[in-house]
Amino acid sequence: MDFDLTKEQEMTQKMVRTFAEEVIGPRAIEIDKEAKFPEDIFKEMGKLGLLGIPFPEAYGGSGGDTLAYALAVEEIGRVCGSTGLSYAAAVSLGASPIYYFGTEEQKQTYLTPLATGEALGSFGLTEPNAGSDAGGTKTTATLQNDEYVINGEKCFITNASYAKTIIVTAVTGKDQKGKNIISAIIVPTDTDGVKIKNEYDKMGVRGSDTAEIVLEDVRVPRENLLGDPEKGFKQFLYTLDGGRISIAALALGIAQGSLDKALKYAKERKQFGQSISSFQSIQFKLADMAMEVELARNIVWKAAWLKDNNRAFTKESAFAKLYASETAFRTANEAIQIHGGYGYMREYEVERYLRDAKLLEIGEGTSEVQRMVIARQLGC
Amino acid sequence: MNIYVLMKKTFDTEEKIAVNNGKIEDDGAEFIINPYDEYAMEEAIKQREEHGGEVTVVTVGNEDSEKQLRTALAMGADKAVLINIEEDVEETDQFTTVKILEAFFDDKDVDLILAGNVAIDQASGQVGPRLAERLNIPYVTTITDLQIKGETVEIERDVEGDIEKVETTLPLLVTCQQGLNEPRYPSLPGIMKAKKKPLEELELDDLDLEEEDVEPKTKTIDVFLPPEKEAGRVLEGELDDQVKELVSLLNKESKVI
Repeated sequence: MDFDLTKEQEMTQKMVRTFAEEVIGPRAIEIDKEAKFPEDIFKEMGKLGLLGIPFPEAYGGSGGDTLAYALAVEEIGRVCGSTGLSYAAAVSLGASPIYYFGTEEQKQTYLTPLATGEALGSFGLTEPNAGSDAGGTKTTATLQNDEYVINGEKCFITNASYAKTIIVTAVTGKDQKGKNIISAIIVPTDTDGVKIKNEYDKMGVRGSDTAEIVLEDVRVPRENLLGDPEKGFKQFLYTLDGGRISIAALALGIAQGSLDKALKYAKERKQFGQSISSFQSIQFKLADMAMEVELARNIVWKAAWLKDNNRAFTKESAFAKLYASETAFRTANEAIQIHGGYGYMREYEVERYLRDAKLLEIGEGTSEVQRMVIARQLGC
Repeated sequence: MNIYVLMKKTFDTEEKIAVNNGKIEDDGAEFIINPYDEYAMEEAIKQREEHGGEVTVVTVGNEDSEKQLRTALAMGADKAVLINIEEDVEETDQFTTVKILEAFFDDKDVDLILAGNVAIDQASGQVGPRLAERLNIPYVTTITDLQIKGETVEIERDVEGDIEKVETTLPLLVTCQQGLNEPRYPSLPGIMKAKKKPLEELELDDLDLEEEDVEPKTKTIDVFLPPEKEAGRVLEGELDDQVKELVSLLNKESKVI
């Protein structure tokens, strides 16, 4: 076994850590408080090639791997959950499906601007009555004169207000058994009939854009169909498997950030004449937090490694997402507890970590759905 | 233009320093590019972008120095040279480093050499100037601006907060001060390309040097940490009494007057 990162992975980790600490960290409180998507930070991330890590140079990417990408997400999540979520969604959901399933032409046209960071992409799967239960999708796309006419509604879509393209899932017909066929279609956001509004007032990840999309007689050319028309469902299951690794990496970042802050505070804070880190009750909390963070890291890295080595990773990515997000929540919660009253204040940042972590137990498949995925992999 | 950057790896500034038996423990410590050398790296890349040519980054170090060299390549250097002295040399000082670099530059056609103002570990600031002396080229230290116009070089240097303007010619060695530029982050494409760039590894043998040639000229007697800062004392009472007490304390207790 080899737990060492490659030199490229190590450099990526170091560079993103420095960038996150110097550029994103000082603004994390403001990003959350004003619930404002940091467009300028994304421009800089684009220039550094962060938005194209797992894509080949031919499509404007950086030619890195899933593990390097997961390391980058972790480092950003460590200082700012909002930025981390927008980043993870842009790469894993907005751009990756085009890379996995797109034609050469689609990749050139749509993936390149996303990989270079010129534009952001979104993935429109969730609807008011469908998400992990994709079978409940109500949005339809009907073929008329070589054009898809799309009608429907999407909700909770990350980055949509800033996106140039949205990959929309829609019912395109019925199979022999009468079940809905779901396909994915690339919809440029400037197409007539696309309405995007971001009016959600969220508990956490407040600086990450989340929007509702209404599609009314949206017409796109037939060539915008992404991948196999019959296998749309399989395609986004694969996409979601990959997305889970990045959400797990983000959770890992939040957990690590919470641990860092709690440990630092515990060493500095004096009560009863000594640092509170010398009290066993605090030590036990910190020990558990450190252990869980490391275990989360192991499964995140393993899932990424499996994907990079073209092995099956459905079960491991669900393990990673489930364990890391629950670890992030517990760790942030304990970090607040260690901070006492100060931890409840925005200035100390750990309360934000808890609010941000909560989303990760819900988004891209709730913890319950992760357990279903795992159980299915066990043959249940 | 043939541009060279002298680079040293130093302890990460966040690393806790531990001393054992008169030696600084570096087991498991994180190392970084000396921050002043990052200004040198950035300036080298900027000068190449403006005037063309090639940037070579050179370090005297050990196997682990490859990491910092790769980072320099990821920032944009074209070539890297690691002069690995781990096997050959036990004790080193500034003389050792200069002697090795002098041998390295012996057959090189150099236009510009950039180094950090000081390394943040030992902060001697000697290697740059001494190397220039040995190579018999002009040098300017603590520069904050560098304009190359043909053979003429216009430099601004930091003199204890003031600016001194210097005009000189190529070939030249400069040492770089904070304020010269904002070092770039190595980009992801840069990181990926770094592995394909040439990294040459040399040993003393390759430079026709023997161990005796580079023996340090100085001897380290002891290495110790500064005493831990103790809690301050607040004097109370009438102002006159406080002054008297302060004078007496400075005189008798801390013996500074």
